[in-house]
Amino acid sequence: MININISDSATKLNSLNRRMFILATAKIIILGGIVSRLFFLQVKENKKYLTLSDKNRIREWKLPPIRGEFQDYFGNTIAGNFEAYQLHIIPEEVEDFRYVIYRVKELLELSDKQFKKIVKKKNEIKPWETLIVADNLSWEKFSKINNHLYDLNGVKPVISISRDYPYKENFTHVLGYVSQANENDLLTNENIKEKFVPGLKVGKTGLEKSFEQKLIGSNSVERYEVNAYGRRISQLAFQKGDKGETIKLTIDTKIQELTNELLKEKAGSICVMDIYTGAIIAMHSSPSFDPNSFVFGISQDEWQLIRNNPMKPLVNKSLSGNYSPGSTIKPIVALSALENEIIKPDFTVQCRGHKNPLELYGQTYHCWKKEGHGFVNLREAMKQSCDTYFYEVARRLGVDRLSVTAKKFGLGQKVFKDVFDNEKNGLVPNTEWKKNALGRNWVLGETIITGIGQGFIQTTPIQLCLMTAQIANGGYKIYPKIVANDDNQYADKFTPLYKKSRNIKIVQDAMFSSTNEVRGTSYRSRLDDPKYRFAGKTGTSQVKKITERDRELDLKTFQIPYEERDHALYVAFGPYKSPRYALSIIIEHGGSGGTVAAPLAKKLFKMIIDRHEIRKNYDNKKYLDI
Amino acid sequence: MYQYRRFNNKNGFFQKFGNLDYILLSCLLILGFVSLATMYSTDGGEVLFHTRSHFIKFVVFFSMMLVISFINIKFWFSLGYLSYAVILGMLIWTINFGITASGSKRWIDLYFLNIQPSELMKIFIILCLAKYFHRMKAQHVNSFYSLCFSLIIIFVPMSLVIIQPDLGTSLLIAISGIVVLWFAGLNHKYFFYSCLLSIISLPIIISFLKPYQKLRVLTFLNPDRDPLGAGYQIIQSKIAVGSGGFTGKGFLKGTQSYLEFLPEKHTDFIFTLFSEEFGFIGSVLLLLIYSIIIYRVIRIGALSRSYFAKLFCYSFGTSIFIYVVINMSMVLGLLPIVGSPLPIMSYGGSSMLATMIGFGIVMSAKTHSQQSIA
Repeated sequence: MININISDSATKLNSLNRRMFILATAKIIILGGIVSRLFFLQVKENKKYLTLSDKNRIREWKLPPIRGEFQDYFGNTIAGNFEAYQLHIIPEEVEDFRYVIYRVKELLELSDKQFKKIVKKKNEIKPWETLIVADNLSWEKFSKINNHLYDLNGVKPVISISRDYPYKENFTHVLGYVSQANENDLLTNENIKEKFVPGLKVGKTGLEKSFEQKLIGSNSVERYEVNAYGRRISQLAFQKGDKGETIKLTIDTKIQELTNELLKEKAGSICVMDIYTGAIIAMHSSPSFDPNSFVFGISQDEWQLIRNNPMKPLVNKSLSGNYSPGSTIKPIVALSALENEIIKPDFTVQCRGHKNPLELYGQTYHCWKKEGHGFVNLREAMKQSCDTYFYEVARRLGVDRLSVTAKKFGLGQKVFKDVFDNEKNGLVPNTEWKKNALGRNWVLGETIITGIGQGFIQTTPIQLCLMTAQIANGGYKIYPKIVANDDNQYADKFTPLYKKSRNIKIVQDAMFSSTNEVRGTSYRSRLDDPKYRFAGKTGTSQVKKITERDRELDLKTFQIPYEERDHALYVAFGPYKSPRYALSIIIEHGGSGGTVAAPLAKKLFKMIIDRHEIRKNYDNKKYLDI
Repeated sequence: MYQYRRFNNKNGFFQKFGNLDYILLSCLLILGFVSLATMYSTDGGEVLFHTRSHFIKFVVFFSMMLVISFINIKFWFSLGYLSYAVILGMLIWTINFGITASGSKRWIDLYFLNIQPSELMKIFIILCLAKYFHRMKAQHVNSFYSLCFSLIIIFVPMSLVIIQPDLGTSLLIAISGIVVLWFAGLNHKYFFYSCLLSIISLPIIISFLKPYQKLRVLTFLNPDRDPLGAGYQIIQSKIAVGSGGFTGKGFLKGTQSYLEFLPEKHTDFIFTLFSEEFGFIGSVLLLLIYSIIIYRVIRIGALSRSYFAKLFCYSFGTSIFIYVVINMSMVLGLLPIVGSPLPIMSYGGSSMLATMIGFGIVMSAKTHSQQSIA
């Protein structure tokens, strides 16, 4: 019995030890497996997991980039940045949010509507995200908040950078304005999408929009360590972004301000151009509005006021206003006729006034002057703006030859190519155009009225300015520019647009007579000092066909309803001795060019020519503060 | 001869003291220290609740282990069935009156502490089965009767734990039991066939799993199928371990845990945090400490005179090994996520208590290595 027992326990022990040995071997293998797994994860794949771990814990916050500035020719900032006083709250840092927000409401005198909006916004964000309570506080309210900070735990007064237009409505149509980026901006512009942060402001119109890529700058980046719930734990790095480029324009703020003043209470446009460089000295469309209103979002009332204004402040009339040029086309008609050798300067026509209109193929064509101009040659006809003369010239010239010259001088096509997205083409008609566009044949009567700038022909004020500039510089092609360091080199710059330079001289002389000789249409607006003397051509473009009844009534401008009054136009260049600047003026529904538009040119030229010295000196790097 | 044995059997206090396994003891102390340091790190470098509580538990249970070391192994042999029955009773109690936390009833309230009977069962099932097979004759081990009886001993607590529900612990209980069966000399073919059977029936078992358990299996197979949901734990765990690198990020510098990307960092995923901060070197050293502990436990078994002590030590050592391996494999993405703590390292009183009782019995086997049990 005992023996059996011993052998039995020996068997059991043997089996136990054998199995222990088997298991020990297995354990060593398994341990090897675990160690190799550790090796694989921690040594071989370490880089991959280190990256993943950093991705987990490091998060970047983009800050809004600082927008580049616009400067005028003399380096004055015309669109800059200012420090906006804002009020931020991080809800989780506030002990008693209800108390604080009511206290803020009280201090800032918020309306219930604004207050509800803020509370709604608070409920949409995470408690550690910033709630912007006010984005542009006045200094009084900002300091009031600062004085009560002891009572407002968690409220942060913040100074942030925002857009500022110091000259208010002066540059609105040139620069455009900025406002909060919307979905459309993100979809159409990759750059905006890439740099987007809530509250980012982007250009909506004008140069602000065209030069978005250069202006936007690059985001500053804050790198934070965050925990699993996205809360910031500590700041790891701050990478400063670059400010957007500063863009220098060719515009002279003083002259721009004068144009704004001259067009006050009127609808219209003034463009001033350097006739050699093509630099835009001033370009204004009236009425204008204050672009600062848009930076923080415009109020509904203000927006409706701008939108519903019958004078259309939102339209940049200099570039997108299509007007019949009226008599301002006459220099081109005359030039075209001379160039094509249709007439000689001594070609004479008898004008018998609109009592005895010109009759052609059953239609009658009236001159503006009741009594008529008698026998007039080219110079005389330009001087007194005789319509009858130009009817006859146009009839002989034909619209196709006229359109060639007109297009050559810049009419009927965009002046700034793609710099402004709202620029219009205008229209210089010819027989082919009518056939294609309207499907009807050109009739001679249309040629005749085209000769005095009526009918199909449409031009923008900037086109008229360019046309005048190219006549003034002796007939050479120029490319207008508004950005000072625009280095685009055009191969055909300064190529002659004439066949005989004498013809240009004749037209220039005729324009001179129109302003500086007795019976000239803008004689009353002349400047006698040879230093300032300028030459120009008036224009009065009809908005509505003049009936026989109108002619009999012969009403004064103010007696006619506003919408039916003529547009007043004037194009000019000066100083006459050695021309340097050209301008175009248009006053919508202003009346006659000679009485409404031309007097503005008188004031403008005085300043333009005075400031020419300053501009020249500035070119020679002599600093001058204006 | 008889006198010598008598003299030996006296086992005076100082002799017992001298017979303690000091290598095992120091390894346990080192492990305790490491676990405290890691707990300190999970608390974000401050002595907070977890660190303090873990420290108290370690000190109390380590002292308890020392006390157990001086109790004769015979006492533990005699307690085998009774303790099993008591724990079984506690498991039944848990089902009816347990404390519910995060969807399962695992704890019972003992007024001064909450205890998790399922953790204790991991040890006492070994004790119970060791006693059962100690008495058995070799030729009876593979008899139908003993097989059935031992399987019942395993299945009853296992099913009681499953319905808590706590799949992880119930599996560990089963594994502890099966380990004893293996050492007791159960025929290899049973293990082979049951393995085969479970592989074949795997699809059926999966269909019986709860949806969240199925999700765990699917997530294990492909953690990227739901990186922010079910796969989150394992992905973050692997990132933490992997980013640790060869030398680790440094003590208290584990970003994954410090920034709360790691789930369950106090308990089941404590190794992840350790590994992130101490790297490959630290992890291998930790494994080495565990290996030494397990080796010492098995060596004590080998030197023990009684079959019971041998069986207990071998099974306990192997169980500890399996717990460690399962926990590490889980956090390293080698096994699906099942709730299984890392012995001593993980926060949790019951687990620590059970482990320390186990080591206490092993130590008692050492101090009473010459004790034979009838």
